[in-house]
Amino acid sequence: MALPPLTRRNSDLPLAKDPTSRFLMWLTALMVYLAALALAGALLVSDMTRRWDSGLAGGLTVQIMPLPDSAHAAPLEERTEAALTVLRSTPGIATASVLSSGDVGRLLEPWLGKEAADPLLPMPRLIDVMTNGPVDTAALSARLTSAAPGATLDDHAVWLADLRRFAGAMHLAALGIVALIGGAGVMAVIFAVRSGLAIHRHVVELLHLMGATDRYVARQFESHVIGLTLRGGMTGLLLAAGTLGGIGHAAAGLHASLLPDLTTSPWWAVAALAAVPLAACLLAALTARWTVLRTLESMP
Amino acid sequence: MIRFENVGLRYGTGPEVLRDISFTLPPGSFHFMTGASGAGKSSLLKLMYLALRPSRGLVTLFGKDMARVKRTDLPALRRQIGVVFQDFALLDHLSALDNVALPLRMGGARESDVVEHCTEILRWVGLGNHLNSLPSTLSGGQQQRVAIARAVINRPRLLLADEPTGNVDDGIGMRLLYLFEELHKLGTTVVIASHNEALIRRFEHPRLMLENGRLHVLPAHASRWA
Repeated sequence: MALPPLTRRNSDLPLAKDPTSRFLMWLTALMVYLAALALAGALLVSDMTRRWDSGLAGGLTVQIMPLPDSAHAAPLEERTEAALTVLRSTPGIATASVLSSGDVGRLLEPWLGKEAADPLLPMPRLIDVMTNGPVDTAALSARLTSAAPGATLDDHAVWLADLRRFAGAMHLAALGIVALIGGAGVMAVIFAVRSGLAIHRHVVELLHLMGATDRYVARQFESHVIGLTLRGGMTGLLLAAGTLGGIGHAAAGLHASLLPDLTTSPWWAVAALAAVPLAACLLAALTARWTVLRTLESMP
Repeated sequence: MIRFENVGLRYGTGPEVLRDISFTLPPGSFHFMTGASGAGKSSLLKLMYLALRPSRGLVTLFGKDMARVKRTDLPALRRQIGVVFQDFALLDHLSALDNVALPLRMGGARESDVVEHCTEILRWVGLGNHLNSLPSTLSGGQQQRVAIARAVINRPRLLLADEPTGNVDDGIGMRLLYLFEELHKLGTTVVIASHNEALIRRFEHPRLMLENGRLHVLPAHASRWA
């Protein structure tokens, strides 16, 4: 009795049996893993910078330090009131409010831990200032120091500039890492495809003689490479997700609010990470097509 | 259909294996090609199915000068040629049906048509029970029939066969030659290279006889006594 005809289509080239197949899949997994970690690092730095930037821009902080008795200065509370008076009389300043000792404790928590709320610690007074116009910070600083000894004015500009520079460097580094990984991936695909063409040269020649176009042959390699890189890419992404989850868990255990929260990443950051294997897959497919077409040009 | 003018062929820097080959095959003709081993039958067929380019001379196929045809135009020309290779050239990892389906798929045929036509032709060559069989599980004769089915599935304008009856007994050999005759009656130009004098003599067709790299065209009546 005749068997029903085949309905499933096999590739004309037996590429799945090539030894390069497994190598390319695991190489893609490793590359996607590294690229996803680099991208996640860049995204976290970017998110951290954005949050700090938006939190600090348009604001000033006045810090009034406790002074030793030998300094013969007015008590801390009096100096704080004097600083508030100076601030509220300065044009361009919208609000000036003293942070509670609880708020100060929370700010210092990344460095001092939960003990930052200890009332016995000599904590400075912090005044959070919001501006609604240009402020001459140099003149204001001089007036504050005069009215309230031990007071210092921080306009965050220097710190924010450093932070932005750091974030930019991190972005460049991540971009460089991803570019290097992409370059290595392209070379791996070129090697794998050229090996495949060399191994199956007689089949490719036969297909040509039967009327196959170079594009037809290239599609066989593309499909093969897409399958491998997609599987490898998803494996790499899962490994990266596990690693990031582990780091996030460890960071949460530190109770350090300075570190970014990995569990509350915005949707676009998650989408960007999920796109890494797809990008790898697309790059591999284009590389495979280009390599096959270039190589076949030399065939009759 | 095919015109060769003073064609010569050499491999690399070696001597010419084909010399001053000139002949014309009109559309719808049927020729046998004969000659001793090493006479150049396979080389001449390779020139016809565009696997090789001549070292000199002019090859015209389907009215086109092959020296002027761009590489990108070759696949369309090759799809009009059916070839039965001497070693069958079946793809070992593909089933009989998938092997036969190659020319159709390359031409972009619909998958439902591919399966239907390939099933039909494999039944016609007596392999209806082997649609899913891999070539390695088929006998030499069965593999040859798969190769022939693949060569004719596309209804080629030109059918070239290199020793198509070499691995089958005379009964199946006759059946295959009758199959080629049927295609010839449908308008296909056929060239069959064969050693099998007994089979060739049963058909009234002209002969391309290769001798020491040179070609002699014998008309049908003389062909019987060559």
